[in-house]
Amino acid sequence: MLIKRSPNGIDLPFSSEITPRELYESRRTFIKQVAAGAIGSAALLEMANREAFAQGAGLAKLPARLNPAYSALDKQTPYKDATTYNNFYEFGTDKSDPAANAGSLKTRPWTVQIEGEVKKPMTLDIDALLKLAPMEERIYRLRCVEGWSMVIPWVGYSFSEIIKKVEPTGNAKYVEFITLNDRKQMPGVNSRVLEWPYTEGLRIDEANHPLALLTFGMYGEVLPNQNGAPVRMVLPWKYGFKSAKSIVKIRFVKDMPRTSWNISAPREYGFYSNVNPEVDHPRWSQASERRIGEDGFLARKRKTLMFNGYSDVAPLYAGMDLKKFY
Amino acid sequence: MAFNPTARQTSLIKAIVFLAALIPLARMVYLTVTGQLVEPLEFITRSTGDWTLYFLCITLAVTPLRRFSKWNWLVKLRRMLGLFMFFYGVLHFMTFLWFDHFFDLAEMWKDVLRRPFITVGFIAFVLLIPLAATSTNAMIRRLGGKRWQWLHRLIYVIAPLAILHFWWMKAGKHNFTEPIIYGTILAVLLGLRAFWALRKQAKA
Repeated sequence: MLIKRSPNGIDLPFSSEITPRELYESRRTFIKQVAAGAIGSAALLEMANREAFAQGAGLAKLPARLNPAYSALDKQTPYKDATTYNNFYEFGTDKSDPAANAGSLKTRPWTVQIEGEVKKPMTLDIDALLKLAPMEERIYRLRCVEGWSMVIPWVGYSFSEIIKKVEPTGNAKYVEFITLNDRKQMPGVNSRVLEWPYTEGLRIDEANHPLALLTFGMYGEVLPNQNGAPVRMVLPWKYGFKSAKSIVKIRFVKDMPRTSWNISAPREYGFYSNVNPEVDHPRWSQASERRIGEDGFLARKRKTLMFNGYSDVAPLYAGMDLKKFY
Repeated sequence: MAFNPTARQTSLIKAIVFLAALIPLARMVYLTVTGQLVEPLEFITRSTGDWTLYFLCITLAVTPLRRFSKWNWLVKLRRMLGLFMFFYGVLHFMTFLWFDHFFDLAEMWKDVLRRPFITVGFIAFVLLIPLAATSTNAMIRRLGGKRWQWLHRLIYVIAPLAILHFWWMKAGKHNFTEPIIYGTILAVLLGLRAFWALRKQAKA
């Protein structure tokens, strides 16, 4: 295997330099043929199949350069698991509902309105957003508040790029993210489970942290509808629900915004909702988690890490009592 | 419509009900073994809990059904249905002990004490044990019908605890549809008994 080197160390390739999928898959087909024919080894065939399965679903490619500083070395969750087991209440409350029902979501045309305490409010078309900054691939751990976790390669750029562009005023203390709320496309919003539109928020310094990723893709492709297409946030140090999906509006505001889950159960879901093994959910412990697709029946749950292992963000909360500001 | 199965027919009906009652377990095993579930542990925990509740409703429906339909033979199925409730309850408790705590009893105990929804579920499970233990004919004889009946009225305590456990479990997602449905079913089934008891008292 050829490892390219540049003067300052290992040079990571653009996704476009990686072997195209058709070629890659034709090799797999070849392996399969050899396996089935000449060797006839069922095990090898099984292996080839499984590897191919871990790839995307054939959506549009989203080229990006891997950012090694923000890439977890954990084993990646299979694409199928990450796209068929998640919460997106606009499409139903079961974790299989988003994949089953999100086909009705229209992601083009799509605009995101950015307004509030900014010098340059703007409404950006999804294509303009895609071109606003260079795409990076980052492999983040995702910890759901329910006690399960995944490892997903996302594609996007730091939300700070947006902040730079719109120039917040001195009054902008918080950022509010608002998800699409359309009964016609989203069967789940007919239920009263949450207050719609789904609203999330961050303190502006949290939003400005480089880890906060404005996300357009996963597994090298554009986001599938059920995972929040065409644009969502990913905040790996917070529980998953803090990362708003299918965003249509971003508001810079003076006061702490009300957030959907906090309105619904204030004792259970705080504004910050940082991953914290020491602060239990009232109904279950947050000290451990089960990694989807990896931890099986015979495994004890793995320990949950403070800030989901992203200690970079700790200075944001210096001096704060995180038991109180959960 | 009087239907009075012969002894052979009764055995056949019992065998069919027994096999049918195992279908949910077979389904869980099948879906897990064939790898069709992303998170089998969660699915099994939920399913065993659901089926404990379904069998609670079915068991408590036997007496009212019998009174309305005059199918007295239905009572012959009641013990088996009650024991299936216990069976799925044990599996549900095992998933908690196994998947949540990996057989760490001290950790499990902490969870039971700290979390009301688990406390309630645990109490309901513990209360089921004497009912299952005294389900044999020999035990009924030993206790005497009256005392046995009094003991088995524990189910009137267990049923609301089971609903409370389910209610609190769903509270986080504000998803009360199912607890309301099963709470209503159980309220009707228990309410009928209260109504009958009161009427009997008034007559006496």
